[in-house]
Amino acid sequence: MPDTLPPDSVGIVESKSMHFDQLLPLECGKTLPEYDIAYETYGELNESGSNAVLICHALSGDQHAAGYHAMEDRKPGWWESCIGPGKPIDTKRFFVVSMNNLGGCKGSSGPNTKRPGTDKYWGPDFPIVTVRDWINSQQRLMQVLGIEHWLAVIGGSLGGMQVMQWSIDYPDSVRHAIVIAASPKLTAQNIAFNEVARQSIMSDPDFNHGHYLEKSTIPRRGLMLARMLGHITYLSDDSMREKFGRELREGKLNFGFDVDFQVESYLRYQGHAFVDRFDANTYLLMTKTLDYFDPARDHGDDLATAFSSATAKFMVISFTSDWRFSPQRSREIVKALIKAKKPVSYVEVEAHHGHDAFLMPIPHYMNVFHNYMQNVGRDIK
Amino acid sequence: MRADLAIIADWIKPGSSILDMGCGDGTLLKFLRNNSEVDGIGLEIDAQQIESCVRDSISVIQADLNDGLEQYFSDNSFDYVVMSQTLQAMDRPDILVEEMLRVGKQGIITFPNMAYWKGRLQLGIRGIMPVTRGLPNHWFDTPNIHLCTVNDFEALCKLQNINILERTVVDHTHSKSTLLTRLFPNLFGEIAIYRFSRNGM
Repeated sequence: MPDTLPPDSVGIVESKSMHFDQLLPLECGKTLPEYDIAYETYGELNESGSNAVLICHALSGDQHAAGYHAMEDRKPGWWESCIGPGKPIDTKRFFVVSMNNLGGCKGSSGPNTKRPGTDKYWGPDFPIVTVRDWINSQQRLMQVLGIEHWLAVIGGSLGGMQVMQWSIDYPDSVRHAIVIAASPKLTAQNIAFNEVARQSIMSDPDFNHGHYLEKSTIPRRGLMLARMLGHITYLSDDSMREKFGRELREGKLNFGFDVDFQVESYLRYQGHAFVDRFDANTYLLMTKTLDYFDPARDHGDDLATAFSSATAKFMVISFTSDWRFSPQRSREIVKALIKAKKPVSYVEVEAHHGHDAFLMPIPHYMNVFHNYMQNVGRDIK
Repeated sequence: MRADLAIIADWIKPGSSILDMGCGDGTLLKFLRNNSEVDGIGLEIDAQQIESCVRDSISVIQADLNDGLEQYFSDNSFDYVVMSQTLQAMDRPDILVEEMLRVGKQGIITFPNMAYWKGRLQLGIRGIMPVTRGLPNHWFDTPNIHLCTVNDFEALCKLQNINILERTVVDHTHSKSTLLTRLFPNLFGEIAIYRFSRNGM
């Protein structure tokens, strides 16, 4: 963190929490008796409650989407590139809400929180929640905050899936749906990556069948491996070549199994850092949520039918080098929207960053995003 | 607005749906939306042009027309499919014309007429590849790889069993329908504009 806050940052922000003691029925058949949702807001809600924008986070994201919690913070929120005064999601115009999804590990009810009425962690017993469950829980917070409708729901990756689900499940509550680097459902290859990630966590001896918090252990190696694998799939061959090449960390080969190449060092660092900020059970849960997402399933496997009730205008964005959620997946979303006769624009941004591109301030991406949000702003009442 | 776009706008019935293939900055779609409540969507490949479309609230899909329309559009999705000044830059104009009539009831195409008299003079007398206002590029940097004439296009329509509903050519003054362009369209037409449908429709 620099000594002074950048002028285009929302600045110092704090996470808030809302308790709900209303039953939340889940798709898996179980019910959450009560729960908390951690969230952050940026900007001001106008009197008519019509300038609110919801940000949906991805697999390893959370409610801290922009700004800093303290001047000492080394890094701002995960979408600082897009949220702030004058940025595409302009906090001078929009009231921005960002929540930690249920099952997350940053304050919302999840495996690392205590089960209501007990002194025990939920751990592996926290029910598997789906994207639809998340939307239902988000909708309740929307009401409590006095938001009449979402002027826009915006998200990348797993966040983009929530955007689609919002437009389908609460058609009257979404004016604009911005779906970035997403997919209408995971491919077999994607599920396979998630399964390897889960297996690496669950096979860690410190995992203790998910009860590691009670046993005061942390499946560090498993979670680290899962993140390292994930990280490779979020980058592209080109971006890794550009970033690391075959550069050696110590300038020479060591003829051993420790780190020789910079890319190894980088992955280990990313893995270690992730373990310090993320919960293994949450990782298992969120990857399952991803695997299960398939809004067409309830509509005869026809995505266009699934979208038929939507009233939002759609903006779909993909990135050329994204092979985890490739442009082809976004085109399927666009095709279904066109078939369902929904207004849609689609941009395929030339970018070499892989899936992570959706977090990067790539000029063409930013221009399109900015231009689209300008129009969204015109719909403020 | 460009002369050929003004003529197209005249041809399109209010309240209809259109697909504009190679919509550029969305000029035609914007005009039709504002003036005749036409519901339109554009296809465009250029990043800057797309930014303009998005700024003007035009529905635009970033796509390479050479990949065809299969991945986005099912049969009979639009009243009109328009392609202005783009046909000549496509890999396979014949296949795209077929695609236009698959996804739309009618097609509208405009293209620079290669047999325009100024071009004929340059090629016939000076022996050089024509460079005109309608075809401003040199042979070595032109995106126009499949140039054709009024006669060529009509022959293609005949070959593909396509019914020409309307034809207009504009001359160098871009005023439509002078006596010369009516009598000798292939000689005095600088830009040709066609509206067509499948025979028997």
